[in-house]
Amino acid sequence: MNIHEFQAKQIIAKYGVTTLRNAVATSPDEAAQAVQQLGGSGPWVVKAQIHAGGRGKAGGVKLVKSANEARDFAKSILGKPLVTHQTGPQGRVVHRVIVEEGCKIARELYLGLTLDRATSLVTVIASSEGGVEIEEVAEKTPEKILREPINPVVGLQAFQARKLGKALGIPAASLGKLAKFLSGLYEAYLATDAALVEINPLVLTEGGDLVALDAKMGFDDNALFRHADVRDMRDPNEEDPREQQAQEHDLSYIALEGTIGCMVNGAGLAMATMDIVKYAGAEPANFLDVGGGASAEKVAAAFRIILADPSVKAVFINIFGGIMRCDVLATGVVTAAKEMKLTVPVVVRMEGTNVKEGKQILADSGLNIITASDMMDGAKKVVAASKAA
Amino acid sequence: MILVDKNTKVVTQGITGATGQFHTKACKDYGTQMVAGVTPGKGGTDFEGIPIFDTVGEARAKTGCNASVIYVPPPFAADAIMEAADAGVELVICITEGIPVLDMVKVKRFLAGKNTRLIGPNCPGVITPEQCKIGIMPGYIHKAGKVGVVSRSGTLTYEAVHQLTQLGIGQSTCVGIGGDPVNGTGFIDVLELYNADPNTEAVIMIGEIGGSAEEEAADYVKREMKKKPVAGFIAGQTAPKGKRMGHAGAIISGGKGTAADKIEAMKAAGIHVSPSPAELGSTLKAALGK
Repeated sequence: MNIHEFQAKQIIAKYGVTTLRNAVATSPDEAAQAVQQLGGSGPWVVKAQIHAGGRGKAGGVKLVKSANEARDFAKSILGKPLVTHQTGPQGRVVHRVIVEEGCKIARELYLGLTLDRATSLVTVIASSEGGVEIEEVAEKTPEKILREPINPVVGLQAFQARKLGKALGIPAASLGKLAKFLSGLYEAYLATDAALVEINPLVLTEGGDLVALDAKMGFDDNALFRHADVRDMRDPNEEDPREQQAQEHDLSYIALEGTIGCMVNGAGLAMATMDIVKYAGAEPANFLDVGGGASAEKVAAAFRIILADPSVKAVFINIFGGIMRCDVLATGVVTAAKEMKLTVPVVVRMEGTNVKEGKQILADSGLNIITASDMMDGAKKVVAASKAA
Repeated sequence: MILVDKNTKVVTQGITGATGQFHTKACKDYGTQMVAGVTPGKGGTDFEGIPIFDTVGEARAKTGCNASVIYVPPPFAADAIMEAADAGVELVICITEGIPVLDMVKVKRFLAGKNTRLIGPNCPGVITPEQCKIGIMPGYIHKAGKVGVVSRSGTLTYEAVHQLTQLGIGQSTCVGIGGDPVNGTGFIDVLELYNADPNTEAVIMIGEIGGSAEEEAADYVKREMKKKPVAGFIAGQTAPKGKRMGHAGAIISGGKGTAADKIEAMKAAGIHVSPSPAELGSTLKAALGK
């Protein structure tokens, strides 16, 4: 789960990380008021709040010199989609902006915290190249990416901050501030079960302070059960409605661009099913893992979500029943298909626990269901059916 | 065979939950020596004649169990793994899906230097066909033989095993290492065991997008496994960037962990890469020259 910049800044500020004063605005007038509320002589920065990077380049960030200018800019972006290189061509609608006080920038750096899978340790990633895409830095100048693994027993140590600070060229007088900044970030990471904290850019001001000019946080979905406060920060506007619906039924669903709806048990097999659909000459409309011990109701819910997608021309159900019983699956499919007045062809490949019973339920249902003998056979049949439809 | 055989004695942690009961019974029916169960507070009772204890330590002292299988719910699973390690259980297989990553970071550090091997979490388990099944895989699709199968994905392992069995090719031991970003045993650990096992002649390795474990494993195969053919597949070739495909570890982030990179690394290592998930068995068969 991801959150907005203003929310991430609220979290890290609680742990002593320096951020700039800002105010959230959902209308042009509120943006103008925010400038007055923040006060000072300006300039101020107005920033679109969407869950995607590249907002600056896409025209979602502007330096303003007056309340009127803030109002005009907010008016020009609020309620409209902002297209960045991370949003896809449809963009994301801007529902909020933040207005933030400015600061005198001496240097822009990069700081991130995430799990390094190779070592199984939370690791600081830092670079002297801030304000640009870190992926680009990693590709073009990998020597400029610094890594500092954190021992989970003792946590981040002050010497690690000094070591990083020296390598980043931070003046000696500011090294203590970096240690405080980093340990605050790490505390916030641990306290919220984050998966990523990214400060890009981290600004060294002319006065020698370190400030999080931008902030991004993502969280471990598996740990949300113990963070009600983080869960409350979820913004449904940023999520695909079908993915939300799937989440309510505890299904793992990702909307994609193709025409073949896929229903599979197990994440690996679900990905492999998408792959084989492509191999057979079409594109998958979704990733969907119904999970191990799914009930008939859950299967029916999954089938409804797939059929509600207007771009789906045919459905491929590929189940290898271990815990999942084929008869339970068949019952769920038949229930949902009858309810939804099935109009697209459905190809079913089933193997594993109670496969005979499952096939019988499908055969007795009177539904127009095409059966397949194995994965490849199923993929070929579903692609052919989608093209005939 | 590796890791488990007919002499392995298994304790189920979380034996009184629905999943724990169902699979303990299925494993017992398969022929596995299910010697004990643990559920705190239920000590002194039994499940299908299997004695239940309050702690893993008691279970080990009374039954001599040398492997544990964990079905404990995610908030308590890390604790269960550490308890088993503390009791000195040599092999701990954690089936539980959805354990917070930071819990596993701590577990990994706790296990360092201990004589316990952790398989998983979020995995189907380990099976040496016709001897010992520990986990949730359907037993009947397996057949004893000489091919090792190691995978990050459960159902995709079943797919590979089923294809092998249909072709008349049996398996030595099948290991699901799990789909989480932090796991106890990686591809290379299992490949080393297969490489040293006289009863394993060839290996199927099934990876998926995310991380770089497959690339590192491919490198190991290139350096160390010259005598045993390896067939492979990477799931998620059509997965878009930045989307987590069910498994917590299956995500292409920052342009890294793509299927294309992994397939290239596998091919460069001489691994026979299956063009589709339907050809895992036939690709291995061809690699064996049969």
